[in-house]
Amino acid sequence: MSSINLPILIVDYGMGNIGSIKNMFRHIGVNVEVVNKPEQLEEAAGIILPGVGHFDRAMKSLRMSGIADALTEVVSKNSVPVLGICLGMQLMCKSSEEGNENGLGFIDASVRRFSFAEDSNLKVPHMGWGEVVPQIKSTILGDGISTLPRYYFVHSYFVECANRLDVIGTTKYGIEFASAFKRGRITGLQFHPEKSHRYGMQLFKNFVQDLE
Amino acid sequence: MRHARVIPVLLLSESGVVKTKKFSSPVYIGDPTNAVKIFNDKEADEIVLLDIDATRSGKGPNFTRIEEIASEAFMPLGYGGGVTSVSQMERLYRIGIEKVVLNSAIYSYPDLLEEASRIFGSQSIVVSIDVKKDLFGRYCLYSRSGTKKEKTSIEDLLERIQKQGAGEVILNSIDQDGMMTGYDLRLIALAGRKLSIPLVALGGAGSLEHLDEAIHGGASAVAAGAMFVFHGRHRAVLISYLKSSELQKIVDH
Repeated sequence: MSSINLPILIVDYGMGNIGSIKNMFRHIGVNVEVVNKPEQLEEAAGIILPGVGHFDRAMKSLRMSGIADALTEVVSKNSVPVLGICLGMQLMCKSSEEGNENGLGFIDASVRRFSFAEDSNLKVPHMGWGEVVPQIKSTILGDGISTLPRYYFVHSYFVECANRLDVIGTTKYGIEFASAFKRGRITGLQFHPEKSHRYGMQLFKNFVQDLE
Repeated sequence: MRHARVIPVLLLSESGVVKTKKFSSPVYIGDPTNAVKIFNDKEADEIVLLDIDATRSGKGPNFTRIEEIASEAFMPLGYGGGVTSVSQMERLYRIGIEKVVLNSAIYSYPDLLEEASRIFGSQSIVVSIDVKKDLFGRYCLYSRSGTKKEKTSIEDLLERIQKQGAGEVILNSIDQDGMMTGYDLRLIALAGRKLSIPLVALGGAGSLEHLDEAIHGGASAVAAGAMFVFHGRHRAVLISYLKSSELQKIVDH
């Protein structure tokens, strides 16, 4: 397989911190390209689906551009690993309490809003550094790491997987939620590796290593 | 145990990073990209850049410079200064800024926040408010780097921005800026009671104890400028950050 010679593609559908993700991959010496057309998804070593913003707005943009269909095709062929980050992870679920649009539905999961009592000191959005506790061995979260890495979270909604075995990492914020899922070649991360110092850098390296 | 976020704030002017006292007499600190690289190595939780000239000069954000700084930041990066439109915000997110900070525009473009939070989501938008006490100790709001007094009361403004979808609030005390004698805890308590979104205290931090006081007093996170760019009594320029063991003491309550 020479697929690693192909670039990793970052999908740009108008909503995401494309620059930050690109910066970190370049920093670790990985060939990445930013793409915004569905036909560009055909030749890739891996695909990153970023996302910051509103669920419905993102889904509409993905559908209008034809990227939703192209991604669905990639996923159905199971040919290329797809990594969703933050809203990108949520978009791979079936639905979200944030909106009425259907998600991409790659994972049997729904997206729910954090809801705490009025007098709780837990604020929404959940904003800050947190730990991801591995639930199942996975390359991406790093096998054999002795100390727990910390990752940066910014989100008001969280993923609830129907199938417990899809959850590879959980994080506690008032409740315990799926901060990382993986099913086949589909991976979702609620946090931002691209903004998580050397821990995030290591995670991106793990993602690349897994492509080989 | 989760620690509360501790956020260095770098003030940008034409020359580079500067640090003020009570919003005046800026002292030159150094090159912003180098400062950010140092904060990378020290694994700072997050960084906020505030261009204190962008609004008053009328030039708006210096995108080229911001992009250069952002390309070196492997932690969340906020930017504020001269932002008055959704299209500027979009451009900032694209070049690697996670959070756009609105301050003067909150008063001069009152609908911007609501529109922006609908488009980009609350978590991407921070409102920074500058507060100064008048002769009677009453809190007054200021915009344009502390040069323009606003008529709105702090309570009304906090209520409004929360309703309009601000993701968090940076509360900056002009009186305490650069003093390193501690935060205005009365101000933090007042704002903390009003807000259900995260409150970031800024202005006055000089020690670990000060940071802890602010968190105890109702802030969700603490920000500081002078504390992370000066060292010692003579305010020698030295970029520093808390050690991991020190961070663990700033526990979220």
